[in-house]
Amino acid sequence: MQSSHIVRAYDQELAELGNRIAAMGGLAERMVDEAMSALVNADGDLARKVIADDAALDEGQRWIDEQAVQIIARRQPVADDLREILGTIKIAADLERVGDLGKNIAKRVVAVAEMRQPVQLFRGLEALTTLALTQLKEVLDVYASREVSTIGFVRNRDEEIDAMYTSLFRELLTYMMEDPRNISPCTHLLFCAKNIERIGDHATNIAETVYHVVTGEQLPLDRVKVDKSHQIVVRARTSD
Amino acid sequence: MRDMKVQPGERPDEVDLLPARELADVLPDPVVLIDAHGATRYANPAAIASFGALRTGTLLQHRFRSPEVQKLLMRALSDGSEGQIEYAERVPVERAFLISIKPLGTAAGLFLVHFKDQSETRRIDRMRADFIANASHELRTPLASIAGFIETLRGPAREDARARENFLQIMQAQTSRMARLIDDLLSLSRIEMKPHMRPQQKVELGPLISGVLETMSHLMRDYDVEVSFTPPAEPLSVPGDRDELIQVFSNLLENACKYGQEGKRVEISISEGYGSGPEAIVCFRDYGPGIAEEHIPRLTERFYRVDVEKSRVRNGTGLGLAIVKHILTRHEGRLTIHSTVGEGSTFCVHLPRG
Repeated sequence: MQSSHIVRAYDQELAELGNRIAAMGGLAERMVDEAMSALVNADGDLARKVIADDAALDEGQRWIDEQAVQIIARRQPVADDLREILGTIKIAADLERVGDLGKNIAKRVVAVAEMRQPVQLFRGLEALTTLALTQLKEVLDVYASREVSTIGFVRNRDEEIDAMYTSLFRELLTYMMEDPRNISPCTHLLFCAKNIERIGDHATNIAETVYHVVTGEQLPLDRVKVDKSHQIVVRARTSD
Repeated sequence: MRDMKVQPGERPDEVDLLPARELADVLPDPVVLIDAHGATRYANPAAIASFGALRTGTLLQHRFRSPEVQKLLMRALSDGSEGQIEYAERVPVERAFLISIKPLGTAAGLFLVHFKDQSETRRIDRMRADFIANASHELRTPLASIAGFIETLRGPAREDARARENFLQIMQAQTSRMARLIDDLLSLSRIEMKPHMRPQQKVELGPLISGVLETMSHLMRDYDVEVSFTPPAEPLSVPGDRDELIQVFSNLLENACKYGQEGKRVEISISEGYGSGPEAIVCFRDYGPGIAEEHIPRLTERFYRVDVEKSRVRNGTGLGLAIVKHILTRHEGRLTIHSTVGEGSTFCVHLPRG
């Protein structure tokens, strides 16, 4: 396995950092999943639970930050260990953001639930969430297995998420044009979709960090953004 | 008659010496042996089939991250207690396990983690709910229209022979649509019900696709579409489930003929490529009107239709690609779609080769 350390306590400290990342990852995955089911099922109780759970993620990130700084100060790690510790700090920050985005979706549940929404509005959002959650699960699984051979591929999934988001953007705009009463719920759903798209971006960041931690090299910079929602204009039909 | 008296084993010491690893190997359920840090020491074949490569040293608490598992492992590893919890994964395929952990008595510091697959019960529940939701939603439209026609036939159109013929024809089309919808819903549910175990049977793609072409030749005649296919020179095979792959290729071929009818021809090609590993790629190219960019990422959603009216006219149920996607997920494959409006579409199936 890895080069052995003379100081066992140091190993223990590194292991604790990793375990905490895994725990944060599990919680973040759970929060995103639950936020989306709260939204689809108009479940206010579940939404409140998600909002409360976010505190644990914030606390996790603060703990990791403090712990990592202490380890660097006391042990002065180099090479692999230093990369591992810096990677932990970065991943914790990304996971904390994922939790925030999940919480933000949960906060919108009440506003969206005020008027019963047609089911097809949620289908696209659920599909987008499945994509983002799959991506998050894959990168965290790679963090566990250290098998970075497939990670470039994981990162490419981000394109799928962007394309799906662009499509949802257009669909939601269409619903708003059809009936002005849709504007308020659809705007909330638009933010939810944007949040999920951002979760995909954080998963991509984590993939890059894990790759760097394991190999010591950067993933090549060939990411293409295919989110074209900034170009979308839906023309109003003029009544004549 | 068998001797009912209990006989002592011939060589009890042989049983005593059975290695834990050999016992774990023959168990049908996933079993992982971990050390006091949670690091994997041994994963049996069932565990590798279910969770992919669990290398020696992989920390179990990193691979199974749900808060409940974290708590279970932390408690067990700190004070050697045993425990049991439920664990569920939603992506990429929904599955559920009952995970139990017990310290091994003989080897100090080793724990046995056992996974009992409970996906089936969960899937049955989910399938029931989904089926009812989908069926009630999608069957209502044709039912309402049939009810409307019956009312008209009994009332204003009672004596009108021409209207009657016309209405009966529409009603027949609607009922056959409902029948097809139920067929598709059932086959989707059946696929969703299957356990998540990657199919291992070797399937050779060339002959399989030739077979699909043969059985669907009537369809190609009906749509007046020319289909060209050259089997690969070298046999190309993938691990897969024969019947499911036939369904994938039939659905894609049917779509290509149905929605690419204007183009008069469909091309099927097989090639080798590289995704997350070596893979076989089967592409269906049509020369129809093509699909607008914004619809492409959504096509595999249930009941997502680019054009609702057009799909109804062409007997689409809105489930064909959802079925394709689901089967491919089970095969750890994927579907990519490229299309340019006015030039036609290409649907490619990517299947890992090993």
